[in-house]
Amino acid sequence: MNIFSLNSKSPTGTRTTRALGVVAILGMTLLGVLGIFLTGEDVVQGSTVRMMYMHVPTAWVAYLAFIVTAVASGAYMWGKQHSLTFDRVAGASAEVGVIFMAMSLVTGSLWGRLTWGTYWQWDPRLTTTVFLLVTYIGYLAVRGLGGTPQQRAKRSGVMALLAVLEIPLVHFSVVLWRSLHQKASVLRPNGDVTMDGLMLFTLMFGLVVFTITFAWMVLHRQRVLTLIDAFNASGIDAAVSERRKEGQVS
Amino acid sequence: MTNQVLPFAGIVMVLFAFALDSDGILQRVAPGLVWLALLFSSIIIVQRSFAVEAADDALDALKVAGLSPAAVFLGKAVALMAQLLVFEVVLIVLALILYQVNISWAGFVLLVTLSIFATAGLAAMGALYGGLSTAGKGRETLLPLLLLPAVAPVLIGATRATEAAFGSAGTPLHEGWPWVGLLGVFGVLFLFGGTLAFGALTDD
Repeated sequence: MNIFSLNSKSPTGTRTTRALGVVAILGMTLLGVLGIFLTGEDVVQGSTVRMMYMHVPTAWVAYLAFIVTAVASGAYMWGKQHSLTFDRVAGASAEVGVIFMAMSLVTGSLWGRLTWGTYWQWDPRLTTTVFLLVTYIGYLAVRGLGGTPQQRAKRSGVMALLAVLEIPLVHFSVVLWRSLHQKASVLRPNGDVTMDGLMLFTLMFGLVVFTITFAWMVLHRQRVLTLIDAFNASGIDAAVSERRKEGQVS
Repeated sequence: MTNQVLPFAGIVMVLFAFALDSDGILQRVAPGLVWLALLFSSIIIVQRSFAVEAADDALDALKVAGLSPAAVFLGKAVALMAQLLVFEVVLIVLALILYQVNISWAGFVLLVTLSIFATAGLAAMGALYGGLSTAGKGRETLLPLLLLPAVAPVLIGATRATEAAFGSAGTPLHEGWPWVGLLGVFGVLFLFGGTLAFGALTDD
């Protein structure tokens, strides 16, 4: 049974997603313990640095989600079978990505209030991140336009491929423009890493845990979308057979 | 269009003056106001432009007639560009008069160049998303949501370059030309992207 297939006992749960869910919950708990209690304080920022363990993983996972959307859209459009599963994965991934991106902006805003003294700054990274969020909200609006699933898949596939080109723009905006936001401390151009051992581990661990959570959410949401499409299709079938019955002499 | 959308643009410019009524502020932000007014007017222009197509299913008729979607897109983009350029002329003249902006001949050359490149990008995105929002049948509210984020880079580049052309807040003229380069890149990218994507987005 592949991980995208459905089980009649519980509509969108399978062994794989249950295992993923358990791992995600345990991982989040461990991340919380590590982040709040076990890691040390930052020299400059004190305890407020703990926001990083949520803010950074949500941002990276949001980017991952948008890339998954683009790849799945490409797989739909250029795959031989034009399988709608790819389209639904793209849609589910975009929805989860928007949520994670919004979370990243909120946590970043709160963290900024503590460290910079302000909830918001119009520096390039923040500006382009909001821009990205609004673009994907537009993508979700295009998905809601109606029509057949194939029309939806084609329209949103094109939109996803246009939108994903913005992601490098956001990441390298810190390098290209003067900015208030901290420059990249892990993926620096010269490859050096400037973070304490346990903090770095917690950050990487947070990234892994959030990615597992993302995968769990996308799998479930993708299955729900499959059920919705099947329901809509059956609705049309029911309507057609009713029309046919009207034409029959009873 | 001329008896409805042009007055709208004019009124927007006047309302900006009411809202920002302080010494010197209007002159400093005049570039931004011109391009904002153009952007808001462009939503209406794009909607009317595609309402003409949707009225008798003209867009479908063109496709059935064998016209390639790229050709339809480019034609639409050129038409929009012409309309938007007319608007820009009017808005810039209004800014010169209402916001007490002064402009040199070199600044005028910069202004003309940046207007052409910025309008190309604006028209390309308008043609692409205008097509999509009429394909949705009655979802005109989708157009601003899609169009405005997509042309935000054009707004940024055009405003910065216009600041240099107007000399607002002492911006020197030569600082405008790199922004014109950026506008050119966006214009080319948007035209290219739109040519490829228009067919898929409006395929019903």
